[in-house]
Amino acid sequence: MAFPQPRPQVPQLPQHLLRTIECQQGAVRAVRFNADGNYVLTCGSDKSLKLWSVSRGTLLKTYTGHGYEVLDVDSSYDNSQLCSCSSDKTVILWDVASGQVTRKLRGHAGKVNCVQFNEEATVMLSGSIDGTVRCWDTRSRRYEPIQILDEARDGISSLKVSEHELLIGSVDGRVRLYDLRMGQLHVDFIGSPITCVCFSRDGQCTLSSSLDSTVRLLDKSSGEMLGEYSGHVNKGYKLDCCLSDKDTHVLSCSEDGHVYFWDLVEGSLTLKLPVGKAVVQSLSFHPTEPRLLTAMEGHVQVWGAEPEDTAKLSSVC
Amino acid sequence: NMASDEDSDEDFVTYGTPLEPLEEDEPIRKPVPVHEQTVKDEKGRYKRFHGAFTGGFSAGYFNTVGSQEGWTPSTFVSSRQQKAERQNARPEDFMDEEDFSEHGIAPREIVTTEDFASERKDQLKDKARAVSSLAALIPGDPGLLEELIAPARSSIGVELLRKMGWKDGQGVGPRLKRRQRKQNTDAVKVHGCALLPSGSEESEVGLNPLQALGGGSESAHINLFTLQSDRTSSLFGDRNSGQKRRGGIAGQAFGVGAMENEDADIYHKDSMSNYDTVLGGEEPGDGLYGWTAPQQYIRKKNDSKRDVVYLGRILDGFTLASQVTEIKTVYPPPDLPRDYRPVHYFRPVVDSSTVSPIVAQALLTSRGHLSQEAPQQGRHSLGSSQRRDMLGETPLQGPSSVFELLGSKDRERLNEIRSVAKEQNKSPDSLTSPAKTQASSETKTFKPFQKNPQKQARYDLYINKLKKGDKEALESSLDSSMTEWERGRERDEFVRAAVLYKPSNSSLSSRFTRSKHEDDTDSVEVTRDQENDVDDKQAAVKMKMFGKLTRDTFEWHPEKLLCKRFNVPDPYPGSSTVGMPKIKRDKYSVFNFLTITDSSHVSREGPSASKPPGSSTTLPHLTPEVNKKSRWDKTGKVSEPKDPLSAFLSETLAQSDGKQTEPKTDEEEKEEDEEEVRPPMDLFKAIFASSSDEKSSSSSEEDSEEEMAPSTSEPIQISAEPLNPPVSAQITPAPDISKVPGII
Repeated sequence: MAFPQPRPQVPQLPQHLLRTIECQQGAVRAVRFNADGNYVLTCGSDKSLKLWSVSRGTLLKTYTGHGYEVLDVDSSYDNSQLCSCSSDKTVILWDVASGQVTRKLRGHAGKVNCVQFNEEATVMLSGSIDGTVRCWDTRSRRYEPIQILDEARDGISSLKVSEHELLIGSVDGRVRLYDLRMGQLHVDFIGSPITCVCFSRDGQCTLSSSLDSTVRLLDKSSGEMLGEYSGHVNKGYKLDCCLSDKDTHVLSCSEDGHVYFWDLVEGSLTLKLPVGKAVVQSLSFHPTEPRLLTAMEGHVQVWGAEPEDTAKLSSVC
Repeated sequence: NMASDEDSDEDFVTYGTPLEPLEEDEPIRKPVPVHEQTVKDEKGRYKRFHGAFTGGFSAGYFNTVGSQEGWTPSTFVSSRQQKAERQNARPEDFMDEEDFSEHGIAPREIVTTEDFASERKDQLKDKARAVSSLAALIPGDPGLLEELIAPARSSIGVELLRKMGWKDGQGVGPRLKRRQRKQNTDAVKVHGCALLPSGSEESEVGLNPLQALGGGSESAHINLFTLQSDRTSSLFGDRNSGQKRRGGIAGQAFGVGAMENEDADIYHKDSMSNYDTVLGGEEPGDGLYGWTAPQQYIRKKNDSKRDVVYLGRILDGFTLASQVTEIKTVYPPPDLPRDYRPVHYFRPVVDSSTVSPIVAQALLTSRGHLSQEAPQQGRHSLGSSQRRDMLGETPLQGPSSVFELLGSKDRERLNEIRSVAKEQNKSPDSLTSPAKTQASSETKTFKPFQKNPQKQARYDLYINKLKKGDKEALESSLDSSMTEWERGRERDEFVRAAVLYKPSNSSLSSRFTRSKHEDDTDSVEVTRDQENDVDDKQAAVKMKMFGKLTRDTFEWHPEKLLCKRFNVPDPYPGSSTVGMPKIKRDKYSVFNFLTITDSSHVSREGPSASKPPGSSTTLPHLTPEVNKKSRWDKTGKVSEPKDPLSAFLSETLAQSDGKQTEPKTDEEEKEEDEEEVRPPMDLFKAIFASSSDEKSSSSSEEDSEEEMAPSTSEPIQISAEPLNPPVSAQITPAPDISKVPGII
């Protein structure tokens, strides 16, 4: 007897507001899930970095030590360390539990826009407005970067790290893919200043949003365009884009206060999620569940696929 | 009274601190053993005893003076703003706290002041009091009460003595001058502190109060003279200043030593009247004074007999003048007018050269001083020829230089030697010395000796010769008819002027030093692989043809450590390069000049991309993205669709006279214009190749251009691989580089 093949579930979109967290740290410059998606990190314009619990929405820890507003944060795979970057030109490696600064790295000539750990949290990569990406060693006590990638001709706006690749978006309108294994650098010309880049979850595609209000999905190996998504507004701000947990949808912030959901394959607008009146500055998608974080002005909103009560139940179970 | 009836306790005066009231059940406290008893000073600090028998304690911080750090002089102030003030030290400054206490050396206590003293009343005050008493509420003399309870100012002993005729500072009897007394008794000359023999008359002021009252038995003196309050301070010590000094240390606080016979005068104090305060003031026996005539002689000043008076007093070696010296007539100063005010206002002196003519005119009319001439030159600032001109002399006819005295043969020989020497010096020096190349472009604008045309001419000559590398430029350009001294001066001036006064760009360039490594001056590091033409890419993007057209792939060398950290094998084992492979490119090749606005990012024909040969000669197009500037805050439309040139131009022309709303389009427009105007490469080649043949009219640039020529006429290699070797003696000076974009 053959069981019927389970029908593929319709992908759930996080469209129900679960919670709003007032961060009390000025404007939230960036909001990020941690590696497993149980915690939220918010970067405040009041120089502080805050760690929240997603399920309860409570503040767990505040990390202070930056000299100016914090612009980006990333957590290590084991949640033991954080790295953050700031307008004060520094990159800080934090100890999560104690909240102490493990290392403060200076070297960038301008404010540092983005920072990422590599997979094993042995290297921090930071991209700055000075046009360089610096690779900092977390294992040694050296205060100089391992390598400086200065191929970009304008500020670095966004970078992502995969197993052996670095994806770097720059304001010079190019997405650079550094392949360490092959020893190659692929430069994809987009033309308009890049605001955000990310890998697809399967690692085959790259997503890049640019200031011409377009998000493009490119094939990583050939550079061919697989999809182009537009309709949102992105002309002046450095807005984030991302892919949903199952690579089914493409998400992007917008300056009109919405988050746009496009179907990845069809390129059609699936959902226009109203977040607020101001610019949605940053967003982050949960690594495994349909859950979304958006940052607008001074608060962070948590969105889920189901309304609050059922979500609670599921989280309890 | 009523209060005391109710509470009789209140009548008592309590003195001291009461004991704590004992409680009934309280167990009797153990007495504190001696070693646990502590002594505190009045501020509650523990005192430390040292010495088992003395019971002495340390002062303050364990024998340091007053502070933890030890003794710091209070006058020591060390800062620029705050200087130490001079302080007059009083004895109290050197005393300890204990000395001011009740049993100290100088107790500080309450003393009746003049106002409350009953003894001598002010007449004025009495009067005032009487007047006020009339107006007072209670009639009668309020002074009466004061009389009754007048505070005693002096002790009863003093009071008694006064009644007996004793006076302060004088004693009993008529007042005597000390000097007189001395003259009478003894003629021994004593200088300085005169100590009278102890056997002689004890007191010059008569009665010694101690002796007088104690009857000579000093040991049993009655303390009659001191008030209760005055007990510790010597009342007499201050007042009868006539007491003689015994020698050794005397005073109240010190006891009598064992070796001293008498201990009578331990209460005596020294006083200043024991000492002579004037040097050599002993009066002579005859009563006449020295040659400075005292009053009685001055009175008889005009008397003719004054000679006689002085007769015996003329100093050895001097004689009286036979003539009376004339009295100098003193003229009174002129009478000042009534409204004269002794203040002088200076008018501003303005140099006409520094002020605009309008201002100068205004100053002139407003009677402000405008210095018309340069400040009056001294004799030495004028040349001999100038002075000659001023004096109207005719120039000297004779030979102006030694040269002319020589025979013609000798002269020829000398000239020959000189020219040979010139030849030798000329070539290497002129090429290498940067100072001279700097000086070369200088003189046209700047004329330091403009006021003296002859001198300026000589200076120009000097500069010109300097440019040509003439070693003797200075010597030969000077005026041989001038004196040696003048020539020396002028030499210095010229050298200084040549160094100092350069036009702005050369002075600016002098601020920069050349880099240390010779290599760097000729070549610049450029990444080997360059991107493809951005034009094509933009077109591709517009057509959404991402892929091969928009992608460039380069060789990139990750750092070994980075590979290790990423757990990736090094893709280029054994390679030492990191990042993009770099090559050295000739810095001053024409190719670089053409792209000088953006030298490193010009798209060139990469080795991978294949292009028609025609396209390789088109000049690199500059993309706006290339410019390093952030454009986050730009909200305008970012990418302008690229049209064919003609359409674009017409569009941008329409935009250009409009507002600059879209900076990027403006940029592009400029680029486009540039591109359109740009002539083909051959034209550049022609220009630069021919420049070596042409003689430039300006002599100053000749040399540099000639040097420039070989480098420009080198074959220009667009493809990256074969490098231009550094051209020999390639010191293309900076002005030439900047010239090239100007041509474009």
